[in-house]
Amino acid sequence: MALNGTKVTDGKEPVLVVLQLSGGNDFMNTVVPYGDPLYYDFRKTVGVSEEDALHIDSRVGFHPVMTEIKSMFDQGDVAVIQGIGYPEPDRSHFRSMDIWHTAQPHDFSDEGWLGRVIREIDPGKKNVVTGVSFGAGLPRAMYLTGTPAISVSELESYGLLTSLSGNKHRRALNAFTRMYVPEEFEEGAMVMQHIGQIGTDALAGVDMLKTAPGLYSSSIEYGADPLSQSLRGVAQVHLAGLGTRIFYAQHGGYDVHGRQVQTQEKLWGEVSKAVDSFFADLREHDAAEQVVMLVFSEFGRRVRDNGNGTDHGSGGGAFMIGSRVNGGLYGEYPSLDPAEQVSGDLRFNNDFRSMYSTVLDDWLNIQPDSIVNGHFEKFDGILAPLTS
Amino acid sequence: MVDEDRRIIAHLFRRAGFGAAPAEIDAATVVGYEATVDDLLYPEGHERPQEDLLERFHSEHCDEESPRWSALKWVYRMINSDRQLEEKMALMWHGVFATGWAKVTNGQMMSRQYEMFRDSGLSGFGMLLQKLSRDPAMIYWLDQHTNHADAVNENYGRELLELFSMGRGNYTEDDVRACARAFSGWTMTHVLPRYPTGYWPADFVYRAEDHDDGEKTFLGETGNFNGDDIIEIIIRQPATGTFVAREIYKFFVADEPDEAAIEQIANAYFVNDFDIREVMRFVLKSDFFKAATFKRVKSPIEFIVGTLRLTGQHRDAYQFGLAEVPKLSRMMGQEILNPPTVEGWHTGREWIDSAFLVERVNFATEKLTDTEAPGIVDIARHLSDTRTSISSADLLELCANEFVYIDLDDATREVIAEELSIPEEVACSGDEVIEAVAEVLALIGASKEYQMA
Repeated sequence: MALNGTKVTDGKEPVLVVLQLSGGNDFMNTVVPYGDPLYYDFRKTVGVSEEDALHIDSRVGFHPVMTEIKSMFDQGDVAVIQGIGYPEPDRSHFRSMDIWHTAQPHDFSDEGWLGRVIREIDPGKKNVVTGVSFGAGLPRAMYLTGTPAISVSELESYGLLTSLSGNKHRRALNAFTRMYVPEEFEEGAMVMQHIGQIGTDALAGVDMLKTAPGLYSSSIEYGADPLSQSLRGVAQVHLAGLGTRIFYAQHGGYDVHGRQVQTQEKLWGEVSKAVDSFFADLREHDAAEQVVMLVFSEFGRRVRDNGNGTDHGSGGGAFMIGSRVNGGLYGEYPSLDPAEQVSGDLRFNNDFRSMYSTVLDDWLNIQPDSIVNGHFEKFDGILAPLTS
Repeated sequence: MVDEDRRIIAHLFRRAGFGAAPAEIDAATVVGYEATVDDLLYPEGHERPQEDLLERFHSEHCDEESPRWSALKWVYRMINSDRQLEEKMALMWHGVFATGWAKVTNGQMMSRQYEMFRDSGLSGFGMLLQKLSRDPAMIYWLDQHTNHADAVNENYGRELLELFSMGRGNYTEDDVRACARAFSGWTMTHVLPRYPTGYWPADFVYRAEDHDDGEKTFLGETGNFNGDDIIEIIIRQPATGTFVAREIYKFFVADEPDEAAIEQIANAYFVNDFDIREVMRFVLKSDFFKAATFKRVKSPIEFIVGTLRLTGQHRDAYQFGLAEVPKLSRMMGQEILNPPTVEGWHTGREWIDSAFLVERVNFATEKLTDTEAPGIVDIARHLSDTRTSISSADLLELCANEFVYIDLDDATREVIAEELSIPEEVACSGDEVIEAVAEVLALIGASKEYQMA
């Protein structure tokens, strides 16, 4: 428990890892309101029993496979933000994910909130690996025109011109390095200069990230699943000290219209173990204190199950995890009373932009309002800043 | 040196289509530039690609409800259609009238919209706007189904003026209001969630009882206007001519606007009674078009499809991995049928960002080093048919000038020549020539110049 306000941090900068659960995680079966009889009225087939739930208090408990997260919670390192959402919920995965990515529920935007964060952290674009995403392609959250961000599908094989090998690869990389020199061009060739500069940045990013696996050794054995491997990659890059401040990882499959019971067991089992391995790895290297993880999903699911799974809903829940997190339950668990529901969904009572604002202001030391497109009340006391 | 005729035909195919293999350029050079333009302008003269096989062979992706299937079908057509300009026009209008499945969610509605752009992309601009205003995906995308006689939703009315025709500064807020009123009652048959019944696509429906038939004053004209009357007024506005000209210039000619050329295109728009086919004929035959070689950054989908048309991959339905194509385009920053906003994609240099550039370069080199790709095999065969050996310097010249049709900067040419690992003299037989070709193409594909079209 590292909430000691005088803790020396060696001038280290706070790091944020965002973990996206794609498909609409069923919050009601993640943090289960087992103490409310209505829960069992609505969740006749996919409900988690009182005996199985990992009790947090006399009302709610974690899904039974979340044993590692439960112990981290017991150590005070997990904050559960209940009833999170935004006004006029959109039940399209893609639109709702966009809203979370751009912090813009009403208008369409192509500026990602983390893209803006990266620009704030490194306005001079001095470090091309300030933001690194693991997964297939850069998430819109990290995209901002003119702001570099790196997207890695697998760290070990990450690189440029990767379909070539051996001598051909070395020589092609030489060629690339020489071809993408951002030299001065005559008027009208500005675009070639831009491409040259971006090529140089990309190569610098590749060269920096490539060093990470070689510098890394750890006694922690991560699972073989993609999420574990992504978080292992995050750990490797973080531990390599490359100055990355924003990490992104994704885990998919949460769209449980059917086979919810089996699917959720698998997914949350993976999340719980992967997150536990990740923080254990960081602790082993005395590098955990700098890192806070934010876990979110684009929406929750309907209160009443459909006989085999649950359909798209609105209000859900999010998590913040880390040793500088002041663990516990935040916000109210939305009422299951039909009169309180919004067309069959949980009524959100915490705006996700409040959570973003909390992370920005209390963790990353960035003024939140221009990042989240407005002023939102923060959650008090969830995070203990490194500088305090 | 490149043969100038072939060079300009290659340019035409890169712009009015998704690029062409050397044999196609040879054939077009025989009939000549002007005739090739005229042929491109009449897509009806060619069959569309056969798609039954696509559905059978890619049955694992064949889900009519899914926008991913819509995107897969479209990229198959981009790669294979002999009606190249038709697909290119559809891509342009998709970027202008940007509609995304993030909100629409229904694959069939997205397909129908794109097919409308494909079928009407060369028609009169008025006809195109009429169809756009009746398109269910667009109606849902811009909330037009909530535009009622007694409760006006201005979203579509506003974007029609701001983003789909004249542009800001050419109308007042009163015009927006009048425009929106004229489209009240233009709606769709139903809005249903996917579950539990599954999607079926909505159709356009006009509800006279929900239409505000009162008098409206729009851009200085007064009458009991309905939507089509508004469109008639819009297409005659000078600002609309400039808008259409600018979009066509940006998409077909160059990233950097040339105001004089845009004015000429706008003039062609009015002279030809708003007919897009004739505007395109003017553009493709103009000197400014012919002079604009490599003045555009390839969009991700142009980059991908152009490379595949060169290597000859996915040119029949029996090849796995077609679903990768739209996915790769997304990873490079352009998710087909799902632009980020109603403003479409930011084009030009904004396509090049560090994460996207890595994807582009890796994709191009992967495809261009595939020694089994039909296009690469053809190039090697052509070489072994015509000579017994070739110097590495000549091979580079030949690949750049006659196979890829790219203007390499002298510095780039020098770097590639120095970093090639192939023998100084390449035997034009067996594996040696094909591997040499692949390596040369890969380095060309990794160049800055290859990012441009």
